[in-house]
Parts: sequence; structure tokens; C-alpha cells
Amino acid sequence: MKDTDIKRLLYTHLLCIFSIILSVFIPSLFLENFSILETHLTWLCICSGFVTAVNLVLYLAVKPNTSSKRSSLSHKVTRFLKCCIYFLMSCFSFHVIFVLYGAPLIELALETFLFAVILSTFTTVPCLCLLGPNLKAWLRVFSRNGVSSIWENSLQMTTISSFVGAWLGALPIPLDWERPWQVWPISCTLGATFGYVAGLVISPLWIYWNRKQLTYKNN
Amino acid sequence: MRLGSGTFATCCVAIEVLGIAVFLRGFFPAPVRSSARAVHGAEPPAPEPSAGASSNWTTLPSPLFSKVVIVLIDALRDDFVFGSKGVKFMPYTTYLVEKGASHSFVAEAKPPTVTMPRIKALMTGSLPGFVDVVRNLNSPALLEDSVIRQAKTAGKRIIFYGDETWVKLFPKHFVEYDGTTSFFVSDYTEVDNNVTRHLDKVLKRGDWDMLILHYLGLDHIGHISGPNSPLIGHKLSEMDSVLMKIHTSLQSKERETPLPNLLVLCGDHGMSETGSHGASSMEEVNTPLILISSAFERKPGDIRHPKHVQQTDVAATLAIALGLPIPKDSVGSLLFPVVEGRPMREQLRFLHLNTVQLSKLLQENVPSYEKDPGFEQFKMSERLHGNWIRLYLEEKHSEVLFNLGSKVLRQYLAALKTLSLSLSTQVAQYDMYSMMVGTVVVLEVLTLLLLSVPQALHRKAELEVPLSSPGFSLLFYLVILVLSAVHVIVCTSAESSCYFCGLSWLAAGGVMVLASALLCVVVSVLTNMLVGGNASRKNPVHPSSRWSELDLLILLGTAGHVLSLGASSFVEEEHQTWYFLVNTLCLALSQETYRNCFLGDDSEPPCGLRVEQGLDRATAAWQDGPACDALERDKGHRSPSASQGLRGHEKWMVLASPWLILACCRLLRSLNQTGVQWAHRPDLGHWLTSSDHKAELSVLAAISLLVVFVLVQRGCSSVSKAALALGLLGVYCYRAAIGSVRFPWRPDSKDISKGIIEARFVYVFVLGILFTGTKDLLKSQVIATDFQLKTVGLWEIHSGLVLLAALLFRPHNLPVLAFSLLIQTLMTKFIWKPLRHDAAEITVMHYWFGQAFFYFQGNSNNIATVDISAGFVGLDTYVEIPAVLLTAFGTYAGPVLWASHLVHFLSSETRSSSALSHACFCYALICSIPVSTYIVLVTSLRYHLFIWSVFSPKLLYEGMHLLITAAVCVFFTAMDQTRLTQS
Repeated sequence: MKDTDIKRLLYTHLLCIFSIILSVFIPSLFLENFSILETHLTWLCICSGFVTAVNLVLYLAVKPNTSSKRSSLSHKVTRFLKCCIYFLMSCFSFHVIFVLYGAPLIELALETFLFAVILSTFTTVPCLCLLGPNLKAWLRVFSRNGVSSIWENSLQMTTISSFVGAWLGALPIPLDWERPWQVWPISCTLGATFGYVAGLVISPLWIYWNRKQLTYKNN
Repeated sequence: MRLGSGTFATCCVAIEVLGIAVFLRGFFPAPVRSSARAVHGAEPPAPEPSAGASSNWTTLPSPLFSKVVIVLIDALRDDFVFGSKGVKFMPYTTYLVEKGASHSFVAEAKPPTVTMPRIKALMTGSLPGFVDVVRNLNSPALLEDSVIRQAKTAGKRIIFYGDETWVKLFPKHFVEYDGTTSFFVSDYTEVDNNVTRHLDKVLKRGDWDMLILHYLGLDHIGHISGPNSPLIGHKLSEMDSVLMKIHTSLQSKERETPLPNLLVLCGDHGMSETGSHGASSMEEVNTPLILISSAFERKPGDIRHPKHVQQTDVAATLAIALGLPIPKDSVGSLLFPVVEGRPMREQLRFLHLNTVQLSKLLQENVPSYEKDPGFEQFKMSERLHGNWIRLYLEEKHSEVLFNLGSKVLRQYLAALKTLSLSLSTQVAQYDMYSMMVGTVVVLEVLTLLLLSVPQALHRKAELEVPLSSPGFSLLFYLVILVLSAVHVIVCTSAESSCYFCGLSWLAAGGVMVLASALLCVVVSVLTNMLVGGNASRKNPVHPSSRWSELDLLILLGTAGHVLSLGASSFVEEEHQTWYFLVNTLCLALSQETYRNCFLGDDSEPPCGLRVEQGLDRATAAWQDGPACDALERDKGHRSPSASQGLRGHEKWMVLASPWLILACCRLLRSLNQTGVQWAHRPDLGHWLTSSDHKAELSVLAAISLLVVFVLVQRGCSSVSKAALALGLLGVYCYRAAIGSVRFPWRPDSKDISKGIIEARFVYVFVLGILFTGTKDLLKSQVIATDFQLKTVGLWEIHSGLVLLAALLFRPHNLPVLAFSLLIQTLMTKFIWKPLRHDAAEITVMHYWFGQAFFYFQGNSNNIATVDISAGFVGLDTYVEIPAVLLTAFGTYAGPVLWASHLVHFLSSETRSSSALSHACFCYALICSIPVSTYIVLVTSLRYHLFIWSVFSPKLLYEGMHLLITAAVCVFFTAMDQTRLTQS
């Protein structure tokens, strides 16, 4: 049973990676002069949209969290609205953190905000899909020894690796290589993307590797 | 021998300082020099080459000009003359450049762009080493050959007015001089009037051959208010009128003399966008050089883009112009347009003299000079020249002769260019032996520190230094023997000069004994550790060691910072590294506060061996039984109190304080843009210092001083409270007196003084508060019961330092001080106390914040950002020792204030008796890791392109920082000793 779970996890993650790859190649069919570096903002929007869509579809299709049984329509709608508000809040708080880290306050505000959006896509959207707008559950998952399934475990890993990727992405900015990808916030968004992809790849493998040692409270 | 870990760390840092000093002495090489220094002027000039028939022209060519006037304007940037400012404010000069008989160039100064090395470069034509910056403060007499010396031996009469540095560099060379001191930065009118007032008299007299004027005002304005200040325009107009006066007077005189006169206008260095200098940005390096003489052709047309030449070319050109031998160490080439109007034979003769001099210098400095392309070109052109002379002596005035001559000329010019280039790029040899000795000492100390981490951070904070174990005395004598043998071999075989060999035998022997003793101690500690490690491995009591995120961040941050020092961009932008790390630290703290407040500490492992200081991963395994017990007990009272102690609004403050600190850091970051890449960005500091925003600056300074008072007074005794209030008031009065801020009741006072009285008034209070603090400390030691008294005493010392920093900081930097105190208060109250971090973590956090504040002040790894005006607060004239001390304190105020806060905080917390010595050890360790790594990095990067502009200044900063660290560690140990005697 555990192995099938891990397999499902791997497939969903591969789908997510595939959606990111698609977001690089599909737009160039429709848009002229599309490239990640030059029309970075467009790519950010498209990538964010793709990843969100795939996450939602996967959530509806796979339903890893079987706990939600009440399904009246109004409940669903409020839940959805709450999710949207959470997402926006996370975007704004990321933006604030970037500014505190030294991002320019006024100029490049759109770029900074889109970076916040893509980072939220990589971190908040999976959390919302998996845990719902439930802060208690979030705190539980992101504290030590708090995960209760392989889904939450992989969620923890992808989220942290996205953050670390974005953090590491800021390092090359001061170097004087004068490359186009050193411009704010391209290196950070790329770092976040690579971190997310790395998290997606590593977490199923890590879980598979340690499947003997992992014991969850629920299972 | 048993030592407390604090004492041990202090000794280590002291030895490290010695090692770094030896390294620095070896690293900053002696510049390219001619070895024939002893025989000045004894050498006959090189005769004109000729093939076959001997030439009759063996003497030096006669001078081209009768009188030379050099107008040197300090910090004259090229666009002040050739740019829009020049057109606007220097109309006469612009007229001369565009339409007059003149040649204009942009002369590139080599870094360090500081006055004394630049004067040397202009007059000797050599490239002074970087170490001249350090010697800039007490310039000794110039021993090298220079134009001035040659002119003196030729019996020329030289008159000098201006910067006193010249008088020190060339004592007894001037028949008449009036030196003005260059160190009183806030004066920019008197200093130039003192030069100009002599002009009329001197120009009328005409009993001189060379007149040198060095105007300092422009540089002072730059230091005070930057290159865009309105004062610059006034000063440039003043300089223009001076130039006009000299030029008209020279022209009127010319009728009486057979030869024309020469007027040289030049700058010694430029001025960066912030108004200072020292580094190698385009604005600092490019200076105008204008040669004006009626001998030159009038060239019609606009010259907006003058040719780029080297500053060192001036010496050779002046020597030729005055008919003097070219200075021996000169690496410059003759500015050819100056001699263009002369007959072909003379032109070739001048070029020949210059190439002969350069190739001689090359022969003396490069062993394989014959393979140098410049030397080959020189030989070739000399041969051609000889042929041409033979032709010339046979038949005159023919077309063929002229064509051939211009061919030789081109050949010579190419040879000159190559020779000059290969000489100036030829870095003088590093003194590798001294560098190695220094590095070995420093690395041994670092290894010792790292190896003793587990012992030193043990609860007892004591460690065994195995000095007298018998097994190692043999090793010790062997190592000494080997080292002495190496010393003798190196010193007898070395061709280049070596500082360490030049030391007396006693000193060198002392260093060798030290090095071998250190080696033996390291080896014995290592063996002890291996033996002990085997013993502890038999009973594995600690299965898993759990690191908190904070420890991990501290470890990774330290490692990352150390590694980043290998890249020149990261050195230039080091402030970004620190801001980034401090921000991440705040986020990690925020995460920790959330966990503590919402989840409690239940998730912590029961006997998690928390590594006290995350500097050495391997130490986790070495910690023995008692340490674990101690830590367990520590943890025992840590976990319940953390979540229970926080109630109500305090809990919210705990949660909010990391974010508040982040916000403070963001504000401070936009106060001073520093570094290189983003230094030109507009920042609050510039906005505040511009003359339109004086009111805002005054309000901000007043508020900051008020905040400083409110935050500092709470820990002081009532006497110091009053003293502090008066002192801070005095600071404001001082700033008002020198005109940077103003009083509301005197909105536009014009009277600007040096503020001597006000500043001295503040000094009295600083000394008073420091004295009270020391008295309290001594009393607490004698009485030995009053623990409170000691805390008060330490806080008073801290507040005395704060007051001194408030006096030395420029007014727009006062918020840095206020925010630093605010962050310290927030951290103490809401983070360190409730979360109960251990001494090591607190020390590292203090160190990180101290480093960040070093850059928040506007410092960078660049000599130019050192605020030398801090050294002249309250001083009438330049007095060396106080000026150096004040400048050092002003520059390192951030780290020093955080360190003094650390001492106070740890001794006010009574939970662990060994906290202070742990902290001292950690502070020493965390400061010496970057320094030791950096000297290794610099040694391996010594042929890097940016070694002089980026890595060397950083090396000086690191050396200075280590010295400061040593002082801090001594203070720590002294405090620790009083504690020991108490208990």
C-alpha cells in the first residue's frame, strides 16, 4: 500500500515538473519573441498559471486528503474564497519580505510582486490544495515531527527547497559577470523554480529510500 | 598549563596580530626602483647614438622653457575642466584648451588615488606602492630621484606654496615655501588664500625657475559635500582666475627672456561621486593635464576628447622641458606633443634619452629583459637612429632624411609605449618568505583555536595548554633547527630584499621559537584529542546530535561569508553579504519565536546534545560526558520557562520584534549606498546632506540624539545620566557650530567655526562617563558583593562609547547609532532573554550585527570611504595619535559598540558563570576565521587583476579589524578576570 502511494506521489510530481517544462515551450508557439529571460514577466505569469492549474487538477483527481466529507456548495465556495484570500496574503507578505531583504521599494515593484506570486505558487498553492485554509494544520506540518503522511512530508520538502532555491538565487546578483539572468529578480525566480523542481524530484526518492524508517501517526 | 578560555583566546588573537603584521609587511611590496640610487647625478647622459662616425652631441640638451609654473589642484576631476562644469565655471581655461596654445590630456592616476603617492608619481614618475597610503599620514622625505631633486642639483630656484606634504617630501629643496596643512578638512577658503596671497609678489619678482602651487580647497569641498555641491563651482571659478593671472603674467614676462615659459595645470587625483577618493573608479582616476606655452601651436577647433596619458609621464616631460636628466625610477614616457615643434634631431635625441632611461630601469628590474619586446624595439630604434645621424651629418635638409627621421620617431614612440607599459605592469616581487612566515603563524593559531573548541566551550571554560610535555621538547628543538636552517638558506640565496631577513637575529629567532612552539602545542592537542576520542568512542552516549536551524544558519553563514571573500565582486559588495545574512538571521529568529509561542518546546528531543557553537561539525563527537550533563541541565531549565514566561502583550512583542528589526535594517540600508555596483544610486544620506535639506537633517539628528539618550540613560547612574544629556546636547551644538545642522532660533547663521570648544566640551563628558564606569567596575571588584554595580559600570562604559560615536558620526549617520541601540534593546528584551540562547549564539549574532552596522555607517572595503574628518573633531591642528585613534574608532564604531553591548549583556545575565569566557573565545574564533582564510586567498590571488584595487584595501581592513578584535578580547578578559576574583 505504501509503495502504491509513493508511486502516485512520484507521478503527480512528474506532472508538476512537466507543467513547468510546458510553460517554457508552449508559449513560444503562440507568442513571438518569447524567451524566459527577455519576456521574463510573461513567463512568470504563464508558469504560475500552469503550476496552479496542475495542482488544482491533481487535487481534484487524486484527492490525497480524504478527510473533507462535508461538501455543501456554500461550504465549497467559502473554502475557495478563503483559499484565494490566503494566496493573495501570501503574495503580499512575500513582497514585503523581499523589500525588507533589500529589493527596491518603488522601481521594479511589478517584477518583485510577480516573484512573490511565483514563490507563492510553488509554496502556498500546494499547501492550500493539500491542507486547505487551515493555519493550525500548516503550523503542524512545518514544525518538527509534525507530518502525518507522505504527502505532507513531500509538501514540506518541496516548500523548503523552493525557499532555499530562491534564497540561493540571490547570491549571484552582486557578481560582476553582467549576465542577463543576474538582473533582479530573474536569478531569484529561476532559483525558486529550480528549488521547486529539485524538491519535486528529491522528495519521492527520499521517501522511497527511507520508507522503512518513516512512521506516521495516522497510518 | 591551565588557562581560562577567554585568556587563551586573547593570547591567540595577540599572536595572530603579530603574524598578520609580518604578512602585511611582506605583502605590500617595494615599488619598481632603480638600484643605482647612491650615485645621484654622477652618471653622464647617454650620448647620441651614431653608426660609424661619432656624434659630437654628448651633453644634455638645453632646456626648452625658461620658467615652469605647476598649478596642482587637489581632486581636480577631468570633467571639472573638460566637461560642462569647466565650460560654465572655468571660461578662461576652456578658452585656452580650445583655442589657445596648449596641449590637453587626461592623465590617468594609478590607485591608490591619495595625495602623497600621487605627488610622488608626478615628480618621480614612479609608481608608489599601496603601502604609501598608510604612510600618507606621516610622509617621510622622498629618497628617490625626482624632478625636484634634479632641478635643485642643476641650480634651479624652486618656490613652493600649498600642501605641506611637499615640504615634508622635499625638505630643503625649495628656496621659498609656505606649507598649508592638508588635514583640516572643514576649511576650504583659508587654505587656498594662503597660497594665492603670495602670487602677485612672486610673479612680479621673477627670480625663480620653477613655481609649484598646490591648491587643497577643492579636495576639502569634495570631502565635505561631494562633487555636485554649489561650492565646487565657486572654487573652480576661483581657480580659473588664478590661472588667468598666472598666464597673463607669464606672457607679459616672455618678452624679456629668450625662451618661452610653460604653465602646467593638473590634478593629483579625481573625486568619486561621494566626494572622496582612494580607489580606482573612473571619476577618481581621470585628472586633467593641460600644458600651456606660447611655444605650442595654436590649434583651432574644439577638443572635447583629450588623449589619455599616464600621470607618470609628467615627470619625464618636465625633466626634458627643463633640460634635466629624467628621474631614474620614472616609468613614464615623454609627452611627445611638447617637443613636436623642435627640429627632428632634437626630437630624436629626447626620445632616445627617455628610452635609454626606461630600458635601464627594465634591465635592473627584470632578469630576462632581453626578451622583452620593448627592449628589442629599443635596440632596433637605436640602430636606426644611429644610421639616421650618420646620414644627417653627411647631408642635410633632404626629403629622404625627413621621411627616415619620422620612421625612427615612430619606432621610438612604439618602443617607449611598450617599455613604459611593461614597467608599470611589472608588479614588484612579493616578499614571499615574510608572507609565508606570517601565514604559518596565523594558520597555526587558527588550528589551535579550532581544535580547542570542545574544551573551551566546556562548562568550566578552561583548557589545558600542553606546553611542557616532555615528549614534545625534542620535536620543538628539531622544528627550531629546521626553521633556522631554512631561514639561513632563504636569506643567503634571496636576490630581492626580504623584510624578515632584514630583521635582527633576535626578533627573527623569537618568531621562529613562537612558530615551533605553536606547532608543538597543536600536535600535542591533536594527539590528546585522538586518544580522548578513542576513549569516548567506546561508550557512545550520544546517538544523534540535533542542530537547531539557527546553529545551522550560523555555521553556513560563516562558511559562506568566508568563501565569498575569494571573489572580487563579493569583496566589493561585502555589505550585501552581511545584510543578507542578518536578514536571514532575523527570519530564523522569527521562526523560532513562532515555534516557541505557538507550539511550545515539546518537539525538542529529550537529550538532544545541542552543540554550543556550530563552528565545527566534528566537535559534536568529541564532547565528553560532563559536557552533556551540563547541557542537559541547561536545557532542563530552558524548556519550561520559554513558553510559560511569555504572556499577553509581551508575547506579541516577541513575535513582532524580528520584523521590527528587519524594518530597521531596511531603513538603514537605504541610508548609505555603499560598495561599487550600486554606490551611485540615490540614498537618504545624500539627500540629507545636500544643502537644501538642512532643516530635515537637523530634525533627524535631534530626534536620533533624543532616542539615543532615552535608550542609553535607563542603565546609567544619575550622575552619568546628566553627563550623557549634556554631552549629547554638546554633540548637537558641535554640529551646529561647524554648520552641518542648525538651531531653530538661528535658521541661517553664516558664522562657521571649527567647533573646537563644543567638541572638547563633549570629550570632557565622554572621559567623565568612562571614568565613572571604570570606577564602578573597580569598586565592584573591591567590594565583591555588589553585582549590580558591575553591570552599571559596564553600561556606563558602553554609554561613554556611544557618546563618543555620536560626536564622531556625521549628522546623517546619527540614525545608525539610534537604530543600533534600538535593535540592541529589542533583541535583549524580547529575543535573547525569553528564548534563552546560549553565549556562543549570542556572540555570533552580536558579531554579525556589528559587521552589518560597519557597513550601515557607509563604510566599504575601499580606502576612500574612511571618514578621516572624524580624526579632526575638536583638534586644532593635526596631531597624529589622537587623529588615528579617533578615525579608527569612528570607522569601527559599529563592531565596537556591539562588542561592548555583548560584554554588558552577558555579565548582566547571571545564568552561567562561564558565559563571558565562552563569548570571548567565540568572538576571537569568529573574527580570526575570515582573516586567516583571507590571507591564504590573497596569497593565491596575488596576480589577480584587481589585487591592488579590491583585495589589498580589504586586507588592510581585515588587519585593522583583527587589531580591534584583539582590543575587544583584552577587554573581555579583563572583565572575566574581575569576575573570577569576585567568585
